Amino acid sequence: MAHMFTLRGLKYKEILDIVELDIHEHRITCIVGESGSGKTTLLRLLNHLISCDEGEIWFQNTPLSKWDPVELRRKVMMLSQMPAIFEGTVRDNLLIGFKFCEKPPVEDGQLLDVLKIVRLPKDLSQDSNSLSGGEKQRLAMARVLLLGPQVFLLDEPSSALDEETTQFVMEQLVHHVKRLNKTMIMVTHSRAVVQAFAEHVVEIKKGKIVTREG
Amino acid sequence: MQGSIDLSIWQLTAAYIFILLLILIVRLKGIPREKEILISSLRMTIQLVLVGYILAYVFEHSHPFYALVITAIMLIFSIYNIFNRTKSPLSPEIKKIIALSMTLGILVSLIYFVLVVLQVSPWYEPRYVIPIAGMIIGNSMTGISLGVKTLVEGMTTHKQLVEAALILGATPKMASKQIVNNAFDAAMLPTINSMVGMGIVFLPGMMTGQILGGASPVVAIEYQIAVMLGIVGSVSLTVLLFVQLGYKTFFNSRCQIKS
Repeated sequence: MAHMFTLRGLKYKEILDIVELDIHEHRITCIVGESGSGKTTLLRLLNHLISCDEGEIWFQNTPLSKWDPVELRRKVMMLSQMPAIFEGTVRDNLLIGFKFCEKPPVEDGQLLDVLKIVRLPKDLSQDSNSLSGGEKQRLAMARVLLLGPQVFLLDEPSSALDEETTQFVMEQLVHHVKRLNKTMIMVTHSRAVVQAFAEHVVEIKKGKIVTREG
Repeated sequence: MQGSIDLSIWQLTAAYIFILLLILIVRLKGIPREKEILISSLRMTIQLVLVGYILAYVFEHSHPFYALVITAIMLIFSIYNIFNRTKSPLSPEIKKIIALSMTLGILVSLIYFVLVVLQVSPWYEPRYVIPIAGMIIGNSMTGISLGVKTLVEGMTTHKQLVEAALILGATPKMASKQIVNNAFDAAMLPTINSMVGMGIVFLPGMMTGQILGGASPVVAIEYQIAVMLGIVGSVSLTVLLFVQLGYKTFFNSRCQIKS
């Protein structure tokens, strides 16, 4: 199986020190570890929101430094743990990514379909500021799903969801990613999510990789 | 036509008494601003007395050197004033952009205004060039100060939204568009408000000065309209240059937000 990301000799401040890590394409990789162990920093490095001090990250066998950062982020899209919601309606928030990616917008039917995947049965004209924290998280998830990047980088995607919604949304999300033959790299604290969905588990402790499974 | 009233020292003293009374009221009300009012009034007096004597000399000895040097001094002073007025810390890069935008925007507007609109002859005639440069520089300084404040605060306060846009595949330009537009609006607002109220709510300073100096109101409004359009043009150009170049200083070459 081909590598989606290859990391060698990676150092970032005092936060991360990864000697070697390969992340395969078309797989669900879960990154686990205690709070403050460097998991989110790793996702931000993969998204090229920050650059490492030493070492190199390759995406599809090309160093990140050689990629156009904007083009890379349109292929490797991240969902933050506390995603920002823009001013406007649910529709505005779902369509804003198309504007940023310079893609033609999709019809309302497709927007409603993706809202079903994340179990967010809302009116498209509803003000997005009226949504709860968990609903905003699902709206941001739907926004990323709609754009269909090659790699989904998800930072605690279910942190604001209850157990039952997490189970449903994660099943839908994984099904969607698998059906479209995409790659998912997910930071999670949930053992249940790891057990149910992970095909590759990377455990980080104090910035270093301690175990790899799968 | 009646000439201007030459104010005596006693009449000017009466004007100061008015300010001293105001300072007294401010002090009695417990608003800690009397020092600022006093210092700025004294500073204004010293600056105007000095400039009055300098202008009197320059007008009598008309030479391109004087027009250029005085315009350059006003421009440099205005740029430093913008740096000092902004409470948020400014990076060296944004300071360079402020200086560049002010210099380019003001020079283009002033050259166009002096040579094409007013057709001043000779081009360096200090009686025209210096007061017009002063108005253009002063208004552009106010505009850019507001633009700098809105842009810097916007990029700091809405950092999360800017990053969210980058994550969704936006270029730095797209990600900062709303903040850039807000900065432009904030910078232009005083000039636009001033134009809207002009002639109805208040009589503009230059026109008032000309009328008090004995000029016909019809001649005064012709100059006022032309000068106002020059000011709007200059403020728009300097602010446009600033916001279009200024937002870039918040990103590095890898389209990452600078920490």
